[in-house]
Amino acid sequence: MTIGDIAKLLECEVLCCEDRLLSEVHTACGSDMMSDVLAFVKDQAVLLTGLLNPQVVRTAEMMDIICIVFVRGKKPDDSVVKLAAEKNIAILSTSSRMFEACGILYEGGLRGGACAKTGGA
Amino acid sequence: MSASVLQLHYDVPGDDFTRAGEASSAIKNKLKQMGIAPDVIRNVAIATYEGEINMVIHANGGTIDVTIDADAISLVLKDTGAGIPDVELAMREGYTTAKEEIRALGFGAGMGLPNMKKYTDEFELKSEVGQGTEVNMKVYLKK
Repeated sequence: MTIGDIAKLLECEVLCCEDRLLSEVHTACGSDMMSDVLAFVKDQAVLLTGLLNPQVVRTAEMMDIICIVFVRGKKPDDSVVKLAAEKNIAILSTSSRMFEACGILYEGGLRGGACAKTGGA
Repeated sequence: MSASVLQLHYDVPGDDFTRAGEASSAIKNKLKQMGIAPDVIRNVAIATYEGEINMVIHANGGTIDVTIDADAISLVLKDTGAGIPDVELAMREGYTTAKEEIRALGFGAGMGLPNMKKYTDEFELKSEVGQGTEVNMKVYLKK
């Protein structure tokens, strides 16, 4: 599935990095707790969250997450979008709620990544 | 990589949560430029980032020193904060002393220290109440 497919499935507004729409994502993680996201390791992932602060982008950066979907119609402020653009992380916003958004993507074939048990990646 | 040693030093400001992670981001970019393996970089990034967040939440900032030699990336995180009274308890997954306002920001799930230990090959935490905390970690370049 590409970031563009996610944008279509969830009827997203693309807030930055439109040039990334063709990038493939293999796994997804839905959480508002960034420490839980940091315990999750998988390549080319998308993060779904309802949290809007810059630490969402920082967390994504640390985990090499390439796309963040803000659920429930939330949109981060310009400074957060700018930070994401600097890091080349695509930002999408959907009116779907978290559960619904995760369900639609799961139905579309996207799966969750395994949590790291020991020693990280 | 040659046997030469590279040392990096970062100050983590304690007063601005929105800037927490800047040092970890700079470290990550530096390691990328050096051509370090992506999984090693990610482990270092997670360990420093969790540490940085801890310093900002609990200790009013601190310092991060990174030493890269032929065998490993060594990380020393120091602060002069309140210290940790019960280290064993603090290492337990889910245990947290973070306030509700920190939890609202997506942290304080009690996973910071456990994550730092999980993603590094060596982990040592020294803390004295009223003096501060020092975390020494290593991520091996050769497994």
